[in-house]
Amino acid sequence: MAIGTDIPRVDGIDKLNGSARYVDDLKIDGILHAATIRSTIQRGRIKAIHFDPSIDWSKFTIVDHRDIPNNQIRLIELDQVALASDEIRHKEEPILLIAHPCPREIQRARHAITFDVEPLPAVDDPCQPLTPDHIQHGDDNVFKSIDIHKGNPDTVFASADRIIEGEYKTGGQEHVYLETQGMLAYHEDGKLVVAGTMQCPYYVLDALTHAFDKPRDAFRVVQTPTGGGFGGKEDFPSNMAVHVAALACKSGKPVKLIYDRQEDMAATTKRHPSVVRHRTAVDDDGKLLAMDINVVLDGGAYVTLSPVVLSRGVIHTAGPYHCDNIHIHGEARLTNSPPNGAFRGFGAPQTLFAVERHMDVIATELGLDPAELRRRNMIRDGDATATSQPINDGVDRVALMDNTLDAAQYDTRSTEHATFNKTHPYLRRGIGLATFFHGAGFTGAGEVYLASEAWVEAHPDGQIEVLVANTDMGQGTTTILTQIAADRLDLEPRYVTLATPDTSRVPNSGPTVASRTAMIVGHLIEQACDQIVERTGGIKGRALIEAIEAWHHANPNTRLIGKAKYHKPDVIVWDDEKYIGHAYACYGWATYVADVEVDLRTFSVRVTDFVAAQEIGRVLNPTLARGQIQGGVVQAIGWALTEDIVTRDGAMANGQMTNYIIPTSGDLPPIRVIFEESESPFGPRGAKGIGELPMDGPAPAILNAICKALGTQLYEIPMTPERLMLHMEEHAHGTV
Amino acid sequence: MKVLRPTSRNEALDMLADDPSIRPIAGGTDLMVSWHHHDKTGWTLMDLSRVDDLNTMSMDDHALQLGALTSYWDVIASKDVTNAFPLLTVAARQVGAIQIQTRGTWAGNIANGSPAADGVPVMMAYNAIVHLQSRTESTDVPLDQYFTGYKQSVRKPDQLIVGITMPRTSHDHEWFHKVGARSAQAITKVGVAMVKNGSGWRVVANSVAPFVCRCKRLESALNDGQSFATPADVADILKHDIAPIDDIRSTARYRQTVLARLIHAHINE
Ligand SMILES: Cc1cc2nc3c(=O)[nH]c(=O)nc-3n(C[C@H](O)[C@H](O)[C@H](O)COP(=O)(O)OP(=O)(O)OC[C@H]3O[C@@H](n4cnc5c(N)ncnc54)[C@H](O)[C@@H]3O)c2cc1C
Repeated sequence: MAIGTDIPRVDGIDKLNGSARYVDDLKIDGILHAATIRSTIQRGRIKAIHFDPSIDWSKFTIVDHRDIPNNQIRLIELDQVALASDEIRHKEEPILLIAHPCPREIQRARHAITFDVEPLPAVDDPCQPLTPDHIQHGDDNVFKSIDIHKGNPDTVFASADRIIEGEYKTGGQEHVYLETQGMLAYHEDGKLVVAGTMQCPYYVLDALTHAFDKPRDAFRVVQTPTGGGFGGKEDFPSNMAVHVAALACKSGKPVKLIYDRQEDMAATTKRHPSVVRHRTAVDDDGKLLAMDINVVLDGGAYVTLSPVVLSRGVIHTAGPYHCDNIHIHGEARLTNSPPNGAFRGFGAPQTLFAVERHMDVIATELGLDPAELRRRNMIRDGDATATSQPINDGVDRVALMDNTLDAAQYDTRSTEHATFNKTHPYLRRGIGLATFFHGAGFTGAGEVYLASEAWVEAHPDGQIEVLVANTDMGQGTTTILTQIAADRLDLEPRYVTLATPDTSRVPNSGPTVASRTAMIVGHLIEQACDQIVERTGGIKGRALIEAIEAWHHANPNTRLIGKAKYHKPDVIVWDDEKYIGHAYACYGWATYVADVEVDLRTFSVRVTDFVAAQEIGRVLNPTLARGQIQGGVVQAIGWALTEDIVTRDGAMANGQMTNYIIPTSGDLPPIRVIFEESESPFGPRGAKGIGELPMDGPAPAILNAICKALGTQLYEIPMTPERLMLHMEEHAHGTV
Repeated sequence: MKVLRPTSRNEALDMLADDPSIRPIAGGTDLMVSWHHHDKTGWTLMDLSRVDDLNTMSMDDHALQLGALTSYWDVIASKDVTNAFPLLTVAARQVGAIQIQTRGTWAGNIANGSPAADGVPVMMAYNAIVHLQSRTESTDVPLDQYFTGYKQSVRKPDQLIVGITMPRTSHDHEWFHKVGARSAQAITKVGVAMVKNGSGWRVVANSVAPFVCRCKRLESALNDGQSFATPADVADILKHDIAPIDDIRSTARYRQTVLARLIHAHINE
């Protein structure tokens, strides 16, 4: 009943009227304000630290690496230091933390600490040749390498008539969440409470227990209302938490650490830049005979999440196509930049950009329409993905594409544009598409490893409380999880509340990432609800409330909690050594079509129309789902065209909203969202994940449209006007 | 930091004469941009917003007068001014977005001295005169002689810009084009205003030199009736008029190329 309808956002009113209290709004008496003193060089050794004697440093709390028992940020590996002790690995790396009651004193003091450093040779580019003095990880600076094998590509390539190659590059991207990173810490009831803007409270808790070598119950981690995340608050809040906790422990006072926009942009994670090389053997009909794909991700200076970003990247890199012979090799490599981290799509947007652009390159070479090439190769039920995962979900992917092309008037527009381009002095129009997929949930055995747990508690007053660690960062989690519980119990949504993610109250239901929350956690909530119904006599609806009240009457002072734990569905079989099997329980499928207009006077590109069609299982809340798709498309338009990270010494140099160009509403086309639905067996009422999917398709669709408009092939994003100008000067001499 | 609040022009000029380090603040939309980068101890601001006789805009048969506090919005909202000087409104609508257009002033745009200022090219193309006044004297400077270097001008520290005058003449041709990295809230990467009247062409470009400047070689070529077959022909002449640079927002090559292509496409339209 609540599923598939637009219930109002549960958190909407508080955010509209300003009563939601973000971390920087929290007032605590006697709180200290903190700042991070950072490296100004890319790589080197710290020789000496100087404190300007004109400042009375005795009034400051100063923390260095010696104040953190295990000076490490716990993530996949332990290589990242919380504070640099000797060696500096990237510009903006934290070295010292300072705190003081007065924010103005902090501003003055942060410029009064300087370092003597001995510079060391730095790695700027993951593909540059290395000398021994560049090596900082293992013996080759490779954080992780992955190979995927299917069939026998070598034999096919050896006898292939036609091999088509291309090298595709994508740039970094800044999340630009509205609320910058921020965290505070204070002591209460013998625990250190750490509260702030975050996606994954239990990641933060694990980072704290490791860094301070204390048990979990020494800390309470609380998520404050979070103004956007997009992956940027998956791993980085752990660093913030360790920093603010170290200051709170040393000073014995509450401490708050808030980044301003410039510091946030310069020092925090970005999307991994990528270089992907494709070699494809095709027959004359355009059938993909063999694919050889090489993926390189720029991981930045520490491992952080790069291995899993690479994993998702390589799994998606062959696209939603059937091909019997595939070899994929991927590497995430070190560079001396601030670590690149999680960002909506998690490696898939990069590799899907490459394959979707490459499909158009192949189509051009064969003289086929790009849609026809895709039609001939699209995975049909019974086919298998690159990891040999059989697809049998009943979704008609070809029909999805064809319906989308109809909605976008693909054929008519193609003809119209061709005529227009012959006559207009400087405007060129084109239409392009991308067909793609995105796996929902953690990769492979990831969900087994997470072993998520969700609780639903029925309180004596009949109120139902959902207890999970999943966070709302604006995407609508609280609303859809409320809907899922209400639907399962056949109650109106007002009977359901969601607990604040607070590790002292909620179980570890896993991180809020990887398009997993609705599908995995939603499914667990359904199961936890079922337990409540079972234990109160099997009734649902309004009568359930009375049954709950009666249960509490009969069992005074006892909590009535349904608890569900993740169990891997039997059909999911994954070999993490060989990278074979069910990489994901299920995939969302999509076709996106972009119309563009290029101005040859200025080389700027305007996206003039956009159709985004996807099959995502069940739509839980149409408005929120549409919002996810439109938001993802907008974010991807920025990544494709304007969001250019200019680096200096490996760190972002254009870290201001004026100079890092995200699109405004005036830059956007109408974005027409189309959903096709099916009953996926893995999520609540058939839902799959959708959060990341819309980030994957727009960039290749837009670039394909530009290439159509200009009759050229482009291999790189962001396709800024400056880059397009250089390309046209080089490749289209005389025609411009 | 200290804030002074004069209520008359004379009071403001007196304050400035007594302490030429005072910073006038009109809309504040430039001053506030770098606000948090400065240590403001020792700053004295002079808030002009209460000086009513600076907040005037008038037009007669001969000229348009903008006061020091005239905002972009004042111009956008006036049909008469927009009809007489269409490029002012065209440019004003492309400054920041509505919030900035309602606060930002034309005088502030000049006084700030940015080479990327969008109000300056159209005013310069319309032959604007800047009225400077101190406690002791008043001077008029043509806007195209106002700037002397990057963020440098003939204005002395004790002078205020008290108004801007643009003569009314009939124009056979007027055009402004701004190239920013997006459609609003964009700092100009390259921009151009072109106006033609009885005495010939005026071509003014922004973001292609240390300050907004006229392209005088191109003006003479156009006045001589020279025609331009390709953008490269325009660029050949323009290179004597402009000196673009590479910066965080764009490249010298882009600025030079695109300015030439815009002008070429426009004059051949
Ligand atoms: C988000 C944003 C977007 C923007 N977009 C654009 C844009 O697209 N194009 C553009 O050109 N500008 C843009 N600006 C800059 C700014 O809005 C304009 O330059 C505006 O015209 C400045 O006017 P103001 O009255 O706000 O100046 P203020 O900030 O008040 O003053 C600017 C400078 O001029 C001095 N000053 C002001 N009035 C006088 C006077 N009468 N006599 C002497 N000195 C004086 C001040 O001391 C200061 O140094 C933008 C600013 C922001 C914040």
